Amino acid sequence: MSIVIKAEGLTKKFGALTAVDNLDLEIEAGEIFGFLGPNGSGKSTVIRMLCGLLQPTAGRAELAGLDIVKQTEEIKKRIGYMSQRFSLYEDLTVEENIDFYGAIYGLGKPNMTARRRTVVELAGLEGRMEQLAATLSGGYKQRLALACSLLHDPKIVFLDEPTAGIDPVARREIWDLLFRLAAEGTTLFVTTHYMDEAERCSRVAYIYLSKLLALGRPQDLKRLPELTPDDSSWFEIASDDATHLLPLVRQHPAVLDATIFGEAIHALARRGTDAAALESHFKQLDGNEVHCRAVPPSLEDVFVTLTRIHRNDTRR
Amino acid sequence: MFRGLWAILKKEIIHIKRDPATRFVMAIPLIELLIFGYAIDTDVKYVNTVVFDLNRDAESRQLIKEFENTRYFKIIGAVHSDRELQSAIVSGRAKVGIKIPPDYSANLVNGRQAQVQVVIDGSESTTALQALNSSQQLGFMKSLAIEGISPAELKVDIRPRLLFNPNLESVNFFVPGLIGIILQLVTVFLTAFAIVRERERGTLEQLLVTPVSKGGLILGKLLPYTAIGFAQTVVVLLLMVFLFRVPVSGSVTLLLFLSLLFLIPALGIGIVISTFAKNQGEAMQMSLMSMLPSFLLSGFVFPRESMPMIIYVFSFLIPATYYLEILRGIILRGAGIAALWDEAVVLAAFGALFMTLSALRFKKHLG
Repeated sequence: MSIVIKAEGLTKKFGALTAVDNLDLEIEAGEIFGFLGPNGSGKSTVIRMLCGLLQPTAGRAELAGLDIVKQTEEIKKRIGYMSQRFSLYEDLTVEENIDFYGAIYGLGKPNMTARRRTVVELAGLEGRMEQLAATLSGGYKQRLALACSLLHDPKIVFLDEPTAGIDPVARREIWDLLFRLAAEGTTLFVTTHYMDEAERCSRVAYIYLSKLLALGRPQDLKRLPELTPDDSSWFEIASDDATHLLPLVRQHPAVLDATIFGEAIHALARRGTDAAALESHFKQLDGNEVHCRAVPPSLEDVFVTLTRIHRNDTRR
Repeated sequence: MFRGLWAILKKEIIHIKRDPATRFVMAIPLIELLIFGYAIDTDVKYVNTVVFDLNRDAESRQLIKEFENTRYFKIIGAVHSDRELQSAIVSGRAKVGIKIPPDYSANLVNGRQAQVQVVIDGSESTTALQALNSSQQLGFMKSLAIEGISPAELKVDIRPRLLFNPNLESVNFFVPGLIGIILQLVTVFLTAFAIVRERERGTLEQLLVTPVSKGGLILGKLLPYTAIGFAQTVVVLLLMVFLFRVPVSGSVTLLLFLSLLFLIPALGIGIVISTFAKNQGEAMQMSLMSMLPSFLLSGFVFPRESMPMIIYVFSFLIPATYYLEILRGIILRGAGIAALWDEAVVLAAFGALFMTLSALRFKKHLG
C-alpha cells in the first residue's frame, strides 16, 4: 500500500501556545484514519494544516506526494474537506449547493452530470434537490456537506467530527457511507469523540494537549503494556446499579483503577486477581446480582489511562 | 487568476434574491432621497414673528405689512411688553420680534430717523442670517423710497447674479451630493456584509479548501454589488431629473464614467471593513463609522470652506469629497473633464490605494 499522508515533526504555534507539537504520521491509501482527542487538543489545527488553510510553524507534510506548503493549490484539487460546522449555503437549495461546488471545482458539463448523479445517490439526497439547505435535518445537512466534498472525486477526504450532534441512526448511515468510500480506495481522515466510531477505524491516533500519545490499530492499542502495568488485568463488573457499586469496587485492595463504562464498571486489578473471587466479594457487599469477567481494555480505557499517565509524567 | 469567478457570481445573485437584509439596504437610497429631497429644506421662509407695536397707527401697520410681504416673516401675533416679546422668543414660539417705538411715525413725518428694533433668535444661524438680511434690506428700500430715489439712481450699483442655481434652492445642492453618499453607502455596506457573512457562517473556510482563486472569489463577490450600486446611481439620477427637476447641465456619460471610478475606493473600503469585522453587527457599525466623515466633512451638508483648518485639511482625505465636487460640477455647473480631471486623478489614486490595502489585508487575513 502506498503512503498518501505523511507528516514529519509537524508543529503549529499560535504565539506562546503550541497547538500541535512535533507530530509524525503516516497514513496509507484506503485507510479510515481516526483522529481522537479532547476538545482543544489540536485536532482541527492538524486538519487545517494538512488542507493548506494554515501554515505550519515547523516540520513538513505531504499529501499524495505534494508538499502542503508549496503545492497547496495542487492539493486542493485532490482533497475533500468537511468541517465541524455546517458550512454550506443555507439560503441555497441542495441542488444549487451541489452545482456551485461542481462549478468551483471546474467540473465540465458531462463530467458534472455523472458526478452529481453519483454523489446524490451515494448520499441519498434524491427527492430533496429542491429543498433549501437551511430546512434539512442535521443528518441530511451532513450528507449534503459530504456530497459536496466528494464531487471532484478526491482521493483524500478530511472529516472534522462529521457526526457531531446528529442522531444515532443518521450516524450509522454516515458511517456506512464512509465504509463504501474507503472500500473504493478513498483515504478518510476522521476526527470523532465517539468510541464506537473509533473502534471502526482501521487505525486511530490519540492526541492530548497537542502531543500524539498513541497511534495504531484499535486492537493493538488495547494491548499496549502501559495499560496493564505489572501484569495487572482488566475486569468488567456488571450490576443493576453500577453507580452504587463503583465506590465499593474502588475500595477493594486489589483494584488499581475503576470507571463506569456503559452499564458496567471497568476495573484494573492487580496480577493474580480472580474474576470469580471478585464476583462473589461484590455480590456479598452489594446484595444484588453481580457478574464479573476478565476483558480486554476498551478503547476508552486506553485513552483514559494514557491521558492519566501523561498527566502524571508532566506533573513530575 | 479568476478561477471560480462565474460560480461565485451566480451564487451571489441567488443570495441577493433571497436575503431580506440586502433588499433593505437597497431601499435605503430611496428613503434618503425623499428625506433630503423633501424634508430638509434650508431655504428659510415664513419665520414666525411677533410684533410689539407701541405706535399703533397706519404708518406702523404699513411697516408690518411690508415685513410680511418679504415672505421671510410670518406675523403670528402681537405682544404687549418687552417681557412678553422676550418670552415668545425664549419659548421658541417666535424666532423674530419686531418692536416699533411710539415715536415711529412722528419721527418719519418730521424727517428724523425712525428706529425699529428687530430681535432675532441667533441659535439657528441660517434662519437668523436670513432674518437679519431681509430686515436690513427692508429698511434700506424703505429709506430710498422716502428719499424719492429709485434703486436705478444709486451711485454704486452692485448687481449680483446667481449662476447655476438662480433661485438658490437647496434641493439643487443636496440631491446631486446625495448620489455620492448613496453610492458609497450601498457599496460599502453590501460588500462588507457579503464577505463577513461568509466568514461568520463558516462558508469561507469551506471555499478556501477548494481551488477557487482569490481573484475569482473577490471579483465574484464585488461585481454584483458594483452593479447594484451603479443601478441605484442611475435610479437616483433619474428621480433627480424628473421628480426634483434638477437637470444635468453637463455630460451624463462623463458623470456615469466618473461614478464608476468612485466605486473602486468605495468597494475597497468595504473589503477592508470585512477583514476587521468578526460578524455582521460589527460590519454594520464599522460601515456606519466609515460613512460619518463622508457624510459630515465631504461638503455634502456643510460647506467645507467654513470648516476649521484641521478639518478642512482632513476633508481632502475623503474620496467622497472629490466625487461630490465632480457631481455638483457636472450636474449644476455643466463642467467637463477639463475642469474635473484633477478630481478624477485623485479618485483613481484613492482607488489604487484602497484596493492595494484591501488586497494586503485580505491576503494576510486568510493566512
